Amino acid sequence: MTAAPALLLEGVHKSFDKHEVLKGIDLALEPHDVVCLIGASGSGKSTLLRCVNLLEPIDQGRIVLGGDEITAPGVKVDRVRRRVGIVFQAFNLFPHMTVLRNVTLGPIRALGASRAEAEAEARELLGRFGLADRAGDYPDRLSGGQQQRVAIVRALAMRPELMLLDEVTSALDPELVAEVLSVIRELAESGMTMLIATHEMSFARDIAHRVCFLDEGVILEEGDPEQIFTAPREPRTQQFLQRIVAAGRL
Amino acid sequence: MRASAASGRRSTLIALGSTIVFAVVVVLLVTNAPGWPAVKRAFFDGEVFRESLEVIPEAFLLNVKIFLVAEAFILPFALLIAILRGLPGPVFFPLRALAVVYADFFRGVPTILVIYMLGFGAPALGLSWIPIDPLFWGVVALVLVYSAYVSEVYRAGIESVHPSQEAAARSLGLSRAKALRFVILPQAVRRVVPPLLNDFIGLQKDTALVGLLGVVEAFRQSQIEAANTFNYTPYVVTAIIFILLTIPLARLTDWLVARDRRRQLAAAGAR
Amino acid sequence: MRKAIALLLLVGLLGVAACGGDDDEAEPEATPPTEAADTGAAEPDPCAKDQLNLVTPGSLTMGTDNPAFPPWFQTAEGEPWDPTGEPTHDGYEAAVAYAVAEQLGFSDDEVRWVVVPFNNSFKPGPKAFDFDINQVSYTEKRNEAVDFSDSYYDVEQAVVTLKSSEFADAASLADLQDAKLGAQVGTTSYDAIVNTIQPSQDPAVFDNNNDAISALKNKQVDGIVVDFPSTGYITGVQVPNATAVGRLPAGPEYFGLLFEEGSSLRDCVNEAIAALREDGSIDQFAQEWIETSAPPILE
Repeated sequence: MTAAPALLLEGVHKSFDKHEVLKGIDLALEPHDVVCLIGASGSGKSTLLRCVNLLEPIDQGRIVLGGDEITAPGVKVDRVRRRVGIVFQAFNLFPHMTVLRNVTLGPIRALGASRAEAEAEARELLGRFGLADRAGDYPDRLSGGQQQRVAIVRALAMRPELMLLDEVTSALDPELVAEVLSVIRELAESGMTMLIATHEMSFARDIAHRVCFLDEGVILEEGDPEQIFTAPREPRTQQFLQRIVAAGRL
Repeated sequence: MRASAASGRRSTLIALGSTIVFAVVVVLLVTNAPGWPAVKRAFFDGEVFRESLEVIPEAFLLNVKIFLVAEAFILPFALLIAILRGLPGPVFFPLRALAVVYADFFRGVPTILVIYMLGFGAPALGLSWIPIDPLFWGVVALVLVYSAYVSEVYRAGIESVHPSQEAAARSLGLSRAKALRFVILPQAVRRVVPPLLNDFIGLQKDTALVGLLGVVEAFRQSQIEAANTFNYTPYVVTAIIFILLTIPLARLTDWLVARDRRRQLAAAGAR
Repeated sequence: MRKAIALLLLVGLLGVAACGGDDDEAEPEATPPTEAADTGAAEPDPCAKDQLNLVTPGSLTMGTDNPAFPPWFQTAEGEPWDPTGEPTHDGYEAAVAYAVAEQLGFSDDEVRWVVVPFNNSFKPGPKAFDFDINQVSYTEKRNEAVDFSDSYYDVEQAVVTLKSSEFADAASLADLQDAKLGAQVGTTSYDAIVNTIQPSQDPAVFDNNNDAISALKNKQVDGIVVDFPSTGYITGVQVPNATAVGRLPAGPEYFGLLFEEGSSLRDCVNEAIAALREDGSIDQFAQEWIETSAPPILE
């Protein structure tokens, strides 16, 4: 018997007012898959991710998480979100809380863990990613790279089945990008199922099991990284990659 | 470096000089006016001043009690109204509408009218379970009116918190209520401390209105003294007491605003 | 920069020079009565109508509060009177005022009314009225700021309670010790509570008698103190279930007409009042407008 896919999108459409952003997305992730979404700005990558964790309601289609249809009516949205971790491009740490409190807020208030449990686990996670000594600091004292790593830890503390990363390095100064990428790499290697929207092509090529090229609201092309990056089939994929290479980013 | 220090000194001297000149002109203008001796006797009589100091500060304690009690109720009640105002979805429409009507009504009606209507009107209903104490209704009236203003301040604070904060909190699986309680409100309230303090200072003045209901607070006491002596100096005494109370609070507000700005600038420049 | 300072100083000095008035003029000087006309006749009567120093020459300007209450002023229907509306001759103070005006030689249409709230009658500066008639009791302190005529009414204070009140049958001052009393601010009624009755609770103090009466109706106070003549209207019309419990021991309290300090009109008015007492007009007015059946005096 085949295990349920970790994530399944079928025929997902999403419009904002009159503008249709997602025009029929079909995508399946098996457990432990690492899938990178690439595509131009406005192609719908962020929207796709925000639909998966139900921040945006979809107009058509369905999304199934680990066998449960999460877009069905009557689904408890908060419960679903505890199973899906998301990290945004702007780190969105809570500025009025310390790093430790940022990480433990979810486990304590949403999962009902005790303060002791939550803090112990938080410190362990922070330590794993080199942030143990920052636990008592407020976010405004951290560099961008550190803040983003904390954001990832915060999402991980909820023990999600699936992690969504929305261009998490795009807002960082170049010299801080590497530390964040190494965290993501480690997560991938530890077996976390991940759907990653990114501009970092070399990185995507490196860690992804599959790459999806998103163009004008549909997944135009999907395949393993080598194939996509060296021998794209679709003309628009080729055009896109050419522009990337010309910009020196691949 | 030396040049800017010198020009700084010069600016200070000019400021000082022009202030002194201005003050001198005003003082000379006032004291040379033909009516000045009469005004001086009416507003700045030394003996009446001393006599007033024996009774007015004690009455002022009542004003202090009024605004402390009122503020203790205003802060949470106004927060409730602000939250009701923001409840999403069609099912909560009646509550949202209620909050809007409440805020519009109590900001629209003059405070003095609310005090009159509640202070004399509510007890007149003759229902035995309604309190008749004028002090009680004076405080209730102030709470109702000021909660309307303060709820708008809270609302502005809540709306000033970037929506991405709510998105991040909800993404962790926190319910809307918990996101509000742990992420949005703490940030919102911190941001609006200056306007909250402002409204608090306004409240302190409006405690004088409770005197209309027969309660002898500082303003009423100064009226009594003034009528006794046919002299306005007691009002000056009361004014001074109010000002002395306001100044520390105003400086505290300034300090909080400055500290907040420092922190924000630091955060922006940190990376 | 130095030029700027010098300029400011110059402007300042000019300002002082221009505005510095003579500072030996202490008070607004009442303009002296006009010199005798050059008829070469004997010294003119200083109280003759054309000799009087008036706010509006040719007419007598009288002030009172708004609304003015019975029995002092009332409309033909016995309602409180609005000085900005149609004039009335009904009411004790109305009668006295017009009688004084007549004595001074003013006809009815040479008389003007202005509204003067009680607390405004003693503000500094020139008055907008020739005299104010508003149940103002003479006190020494008040006399330092304004001038009073002789008495046009000798005052007694009285206590009013609801008929249902435990204090309604008080027979002495001691019976009122535990009462919460109320009065209008700045009145001798208030003084009577504080100095004569001296109850254990501080009195409630109101802007005007109307508010005190509201408080009485609401049982927010046990009783109110007002001048005795007002009790008729209060217990008869405003609060029918109220009763005048008793009068307070009489002091030498009287109502006087209020004048700007140093007014030359005052002596003329005193003559008029004396004339009205002598010909019995004052008594007649009291009979007509003020209830004669009075409650007992509380000792």
